[in-house]
Amino acid sequence: MSDRPAPLEYNRLWPMRLWLAGVFFFLYSPLITLIAFSFNDSKRNIVWRGFTLDYYRKLFNNDELMLAFANSLTIALVTTILSLVLGALAAIMLWRFRFPLKGVIEGTLSLPIVVPEICMGVAMLLFFSRVVPWPHDLPWPLSLGAIIIAHVSFCFPFVAMVVRARLASFNKEQEEAARDLGASDWQAFRDVLVPHMKPALIAGALLSFTLSLDDFVITFFTSGPNTVTFPVKVYSMVRFSVTPEVNAASTMLIVLTVALMALMMLGQRKSNSS
Amino acid sequence: MALEKQSRAAFWVTVLPPTLWIAVFFLIPLGIVWAYSFGHNEGLTGVAITGTFDNYIRAFDPLYLQIFGKSIAVAGLTTLLCLIIGFPVALAIVFANEKMRPLLLLLVMLPFWTNLLIRTYALIAVLRTEGFANWTLAWFWNQGSTLAALVGLQPFPAYQPLELLYNNFAVVVGLVYVHLPFMVLPLYAALDRLDKSLMEASLDLGAGHLRTLFSIVVPLALPGIVSGVIITFVPALGAYLTPDLLGGTDSQMIANVIERQFKRANDWPFGAALSFLLMYATFAAIALRAYLTRGQPADGHGI
Amino acid sequence: MDQLAQRTQDAAAHKPIISFRNIVKRFGSMTAVDNVSLDIMPGEFFALLGPSGCGKTTLLRMLAGFEVPTEGSVLIDGQDMGETPPNKRPVNMVFQSYAVFPHMNVADNVAYGLKIDGLPKDEIKARVQEALDLVQLGPLAARKPDQLSGGQRQRVALARALIKRPKVLLLDEPLSALDAKLREAMRFELSQLQQKVGITFIMVTHDQDEALAIASRIAVMHKGAIAQLGTPSDLYEFPASRFVADFIGSVNMFEGTLIKDGADEAVIACPDLAPYSVHLPHSAPGSAGASVWVAIRPEKLNLHKNASEPPAVPDCPPAHNVARGEIKEISYLGDSSIFHVQLSSGQLLRVSRPNRSRYEQEHFGWGDTVWVSWAGSSPVVLLS
Repeated sequence: MSDRPAPLEYNRLWPMRLWLAGVFFFLYSPLITLIAFSFNDSKRNIVWRGFTLDYYRKLFNNDELMLAFANSLTIALVTTILSLVLGALAAIMLWRFRFPLKGVIEGTLSLPIVVPEICMGVAMLLFFSRVVPWPHDLPWPLSLGAIIIAHVSFCFPFVAMVVRARLASFNKEQEEAARDLGASDWQAFRDVLVPHMKPALIAGALLSFTLSLDDFVITFFTSGPNTVTFPVKVYSMVRFSVTPEVNAASTMLIVLTVALMALMMLGQRKSNSS
Repeated sequence: MALEKQSRAAFWVTVLPPTLWIAVFFLIPLGIVWAYSFGHNEGLTGVAITGTFDNYIRAFDPLYLQIFGKSIAVAGLTTLLCLIIGFPVALAIVFANEKMRPLLLLLVMLPFWTNLLIRTYALIAVLRTEGFANWTLAWFWNQGSTLAALVGLQPFPAYQPLELLYNNFAVVVGLVYVHLPFMVLPLYAALDRLDKSLMEASLDLGAGHLRTLFSIVVPLALPGIVSGVIITFVPALGAYLTPDLLGGTDSQMIANVIERQFKRANDWPFGAALSFLLMYATFAAIALRAYLTRGQPADGHGI
Repeated sequence: MDQLAQRTQDAAAHKPIISFRNIVKRFGSMTAVDNVSLDIMPGEFFALLGPSGCGKTTLLRMLAGFEVPTEGSVLIDGQDMGETPPNKRPVNMVFQSYAVFPHMNVADNVAYGLKIDGLPKDEIKARVQEALDLVQLGPLAARKPDQLSGGQRQRVALARALIKRPKVLLLDEPLSALDAKLREAMRFELSQLQQKVGITFIMVTHDQDEALAIASRIAVMHKGAIAQLGTPSDLYEFPASRFVADFIGSVNMFEGTLIKDGADEAVIACPDLAPYSVHLPHSAPGSAGASVWVAIRPEKLNLHKNASEPPAVPDCPPAHNVARGEIKEISYLGDSSIFHVQLSSGQLLRVSRPNRSRYEQEHFGWGDTVWVSWAGSSPVVLLS
């Protein structure tokens, strides 16, 4: 009797639990299978033949794949830095100032979030082939410039959105208090506003890093033969066949993403508790 | 706030970089696509922008209309399935206790943060002829066959693997798989905002759970449901990777046709026109959402 | 008050409309309600009173069916409600937030319960009109909830619950969302309403003034259990424990030892009052030598101007029921003044004095040394 759920405890009803279990099975079983079979000592991906790290060894000896991985990380890193600066500036602009055409600029800044990836990819393809042809023989990492520019264009509006949401909760009296106590505009910004924005900046950084690392469609249209990123490389491998090596490569990327997620959660918890 | 000299400088420092970036690296590229959509091929690589509407007229050719229609149908079916699957999930998360709720939310969001390509690949591995789905079905089939033999019936014929991949079924499964979190998160935000005592009041006044769901919860969570539907529908409509990798020859969606114009058919003006038609459809959906959810507080859910 | 007491007595002759039997409710490791048994009679205006977290709301929600008791049973009109879901129970609730459906107008809100019961349209219409007239909302039937004031929303919630003609109406902190003036007015209206409809009302509140003013009987709850059950005057004049004495109204409390306990006389020595002691013209609970607490309400203390001898208290031996101290602070409240008198032991005494004349407050000033006295019938002796 004591275990009978109250009327609104829907999550404790067994059909509901079954449903949840089913949904999570649907979401996770493919991923877990993928990870498990990256350690399977068999070319065929279906029967377990014993544990091996062979495919990871092969992966690390695969120069093309490693270069693609390095490209992806470099692009994500540079994209994150640029997006953070541009996104924070955009957020402050929209939060702080009132000016003509503000609505237009605000709308335009949210466009990259909603425009279909394929359209954005096509636009970048046209831009970098017809207007500003990006030389493909530049020394690394300058050769990645076109991809980085494309990534920043769709990443920094996300950062702006996150930072702006955070700024909305800022109590302007804090800044006035700093000014009242003798701080200049710049000092008040540095000492009061930036610390307030910090959790959003961290979240925005991780968001743009993951978005950049994950992007396939837009990169697919901007990358040349010498500037292959990890997802583009995996795409060409997937088209070819399902192999444990692809599983191993995917597992590495999943682990990286989950680690980043965990970092962000920790950061948020820390900022929530303080 | 008076714009003194100092804050005037601050104004330009904050306004110029993001505005210039979005203008040069986003609006101009899109503008070129738009201009191309009114042009035609000239020679091998040249494009002459002549202001012609031919590309748009061609897009209304039954062949392409059918692909548009199919894309909308597939995206719509995906959205409907996500709503049916996701609503109970969101409801369960809202009423889970304090400890379980963040965990369940994390479980919904984690795949969302995993690379789209990898998730699609994982589905291929499960759905292909020698994949896990068929393997499991074969196991059940063989068990059933053994059981039938035990009770004296004819054993079943040998198991024929189902064609689960490279067809429309696989595309819809893939799109639902990828877009489910898009639906669950706005639904969760809307249901979480709902005052639980309204549901209690309805029960108290004699309504059953279904009645409460349809006369109280759904009308009040409607803006959130609309949000979820459109947030799911828009990316599903423009999906490229899922139909490309999971679909067969007859399950190409609009994004695949666009890609083909640019990468293979080399008909950029036509591809540009199709891109803009897709974009107009997207904007229409977003405007519809803004119209249907007007006067409601903005959704606080981050992505 | 007498009328209410009379009704309560009448009710006691019938069988209870609500019975809680050995109710225990645990949330995880926390015990919200700890073995509560309670009978509520038909026609009562019953209040569950206590500080937040005392389990009063949990008890009410178990009655409505929103919480399931961990142990024990709830009976409504003699029927065990064990598995009965909220929508099948013959009780209705007015929620703390009122829970007026924001997407329905006033009339639709009120009609909701009857529509679910599948009543014919004409009857629903007539009864909605009747219910709205009862709470004086007739002209606002077509309004949406966001066009109503807090008080009007509460009336909608009342009408919506009463239209179902429940056996018991449950009110969860019904007045807490209203501002002070309106709250006073609604107290009166609620008791009027209850007399008019003749339904048993059960109210949860943390506001002791509210409970005293409206309820015919009150259960004071503390840490999941009932600390005391009684009429408002019982609770105020004869509190059973220090918790009740302190929670209901304000009180001066002294720790002491019972040094003499006769049939018609008792004396208690309190270190804080030394060299004087407390004298009662009746016997005290406990036996001689027991540790007790003496509680005296501020309005039952008298102030006297300084003199070398303590003032004489009628029917009381000299040097009893008096104390001497200095006025440390005066809070002027308009209708009365509260004097904070510090005794030589350091203890502060609160003395309340009505301002009967317009110059009353001039009689005593800050820093004055004064005598305080009280009648032998004023103190309450408490063992716990």
